[in-house]
Amino acid sequence: MFEILKKKKIVEKEYDMWIKAPRVASHAKPGQFVVVRTSDKGERIPLTIADYDRENGNIRLIFQTVGKTTYEMAKLEVGDKLADVVGPLGTPSEVKKHGTVLMIGGGVGIAALFPIIRELKNLGNKVITILGGRTSELVIMKDECAKYSDELIITTDDGSEGIKGVVTDAMKMLNERGEKIDYAWAIGPTIMMKFAALTAKDLGIPIWVSLNPIMVDGTGMCGACRVTVNGNIRFACVDGPEFDGHGVAWDELMTRLKQYKDQEKISLEKYLNEVGEM
Amino acid sequence: MALNIPKNKTPIAEQKPEERSHNFKEVVLGYTLEEAITEANRCLQCPTHPCVSGCPVNIDIPGFILALRNNDLSESIKILKSYNNLPAVCGRVCPQESQCEGKCTVGLMKEHEPVAIGKLERFVADWAASHEGVEEPPKKVEVNKGKVAVIGAGPSGLTVAADLAKKGYKVTIFEALHAPGGVLMYGIPEFRLPKTIVEREVKAIEELGVDVETDVVVGKTITIEEIREEYDAIYIGTGAGTPRFMNIPGTNLNGVYSASEFLTRINLMHAYEFPKYDTPIRIGKRVVVVGAGNVAMDASRSALRLGAEKSMIVYRRSEKEMPARIEEYHHALEEGIEFHWLTNPVEYIGDENGNVKAVKCIKMQLGEPDASGRRRPVPIEGSEFVIEADMVIEAIGQTANKVLLSTFPELKLNKRGYIEADPETGATSVEGVYAGGDIVTGAATVILAMGAGKKSAKAIDEYITSKKKA
Repeated sequence: MFEILKKKKIVEKEYDMWIKAPRVASHAKPGQFVVVRTSDKGERIPLTIADYDRENGNIRLIFQTVGKTTYEMAKLEVGDKLADVVGPLGTPSEVKKHGTVLMIGGGVGIAALFPIIRELKNLGNKVITILGGRTSELVIMKDECAKYSDELIITTDDGSEGIKGVVTDAMKMLNERGEKIDYAWAIGPTIMMKFAALTAKDLGIPIWVSLNPIMVDGTGMCGACRVTVNGNIRFACVDGPEFDGHGVAWDELMTRLKQYKDQEKISLEKYLNEVGEM
Repeated sequence: MALNIPKNKTPIAEQKPEERSHNFKEVVLGYTLEEAITEANRCLQCPTHPCVSGCPVNIDIPGFILALRNNDLSESIKILKSYNNLPAVCGRVCPQESQCEGKCTVGLMKEHEPVAIGKLERFVADWAASHEGVEEPPKKVEVNKGKVAVIGAGPSGLTVAADLAKKGYKVTIFEALHAPGGVLMYGIPEFRLPKTIVEREVKAIEELGVDVETDVVVGKTITIEEIREEYDAIYIGTGAGTPRFMNIPGTNLNGVYSASEFLTRINLMHAYEFPKYDTPIRIGKRVVVVGAGNVAMDASRSALRLGAEKSMIVYRRSEKEMPARIEEYHHALEEGIEFHWLTNPVEYIGDENGNVKAVKCIKMQLGEPDASGRRRPVPIEGSEFVIEADMVIEAIGQTANKVLLSTFPELKLNKRGYIEADPETGATSVEGVYAGGDIVTGAATVILAMGAGKKSAKAIDEYITSKKKA
């Protein structure tokens, strides 16, 4: 069992938790994830590790409530326990001295991006970060990302903060400004990553994206998370979750993400009926 | 007297096919005590007992059957458990027809079926578990011989752990999933092997003093170096672990599963009880399963139980080459699984929403024998045809999982990517590191994995003992 040590609602539907998981914390690297199960009857879901405190043996998970499991997690309080937290899983990010790196984040993907930003900065890269969201308050972890970024650009759909527009507008702006980017990362909603990758391709920038397909075991045993990258079948849980953004078959991934749409709805409605609306 | 023994095995109660094909409850209901003794009386107690040599863990089969016949269930379970730590499991899932029962002297007699050794093993194990006091509690042993880490709580790892615990070792099993049992939990369905039986036999092993730590992926959660520092020896029994795909067009359509995913969702995650359990599964109406091993039988029969109107197996060879256990094949036939022999998929066809809607197949014929000794299936040009299907499950085997192996480069692998290990001891290229089961042999059977575990337990004991003396 894995105890919840801290819990905070950051914005509507987004939560920030620290969990006691010493072995995960002591081995976690940027870009990795855990598989979480809330209870004996729970589903196994992957969540990216947003941060880790090796000394105290804690990991940080930032998640959005989308389905039954994440709603159930949001209901848990400090002192409650998750049945299972297993990890750190997946191949760590390829963090090294690239030169200038462009870090693009959206939604709770910003949480996954944060440890990579920090590590890249510590390795001496020039870090330019673009964080996007519908509106200002949905752009999370601005201060933390700013701390490790040479430049932080915010984009919002409604113009409530930074550039009015989407992350790709900021990418084009940097290009027009003549900024030479050696490598980029994009982590966020699949549709955002798709367009960030397309734009990066136009601009000739290599880009990593962190894919979040449906998983079961998270250790390469089942193949639920298979994605097509550069024409080959890869398992996101072990070969990824980060892949060459230029090679991802995005539409296939988005179709596969919808596989259990109907059941997910049944499960969530049943849960919300049991606990009352959140 | 030998000539008077009944020709056929004592019939065993089973759920009727039309009933069981709609539920996940166990198909075979087991013998009563009376039936078991009747069947035990079919055993000749022949002096050559070829059955024993047919068993990968060499159970004293005439011995446990004789004790049963004498109505001494305590002695019978004691004999079984001294060879096999998972008798209720093996009685249910071993391919007896090619092992003990395949060699049974009765079975070699004209028109006679062999003694139902598997059913008797299962009976004794179930009886002991449901009647308190029949089985003696495990002897207390002093735990002073050393520390052993076992990676993977499947049949092989559990066997090593139990045998070493009985010898006085402190054993810790690291299991990647949230429950111990390995393939017994995630692979073999409830209707063939109820999970309460697995839990019961795992619990008995834990009572020997074995620690099982779940949610630990060795190579990720802890490293092999950390384990090597802390333990005197390591046994790797991680299973084969990665599904193979046909890799034909349409493999990533929605509704195309690996058998590993399909069965894991159902067995380990209880998707057949959705939404009581959270994990969902697609309910196919017309299901095509590719392959004809035990896993394919399990998948096709599970699909039927989930509510499929038609569950079909396509296999590129013929009935004769089918690798499945004969009992599973018969059960599948009784339940109405449709078999398409000499048929191989070449493409999965999707609809406009990315869901599979049909399987394009090609007819095959058998050519010259291949490396496996079986005749090689060759496609018949121009024989393509289409089977409508809204779900496909590929059960075409596995390859070695690289999660642990990629972090342990000193460990020598064979050409197929599995661990190279001495078949008699399980010793690998690294001192103090042993391996067995599917990660050495590639996908095989529960009992072969257990046999490997038994040999390694002995070798590990010898290794640690001699090292401590030195």
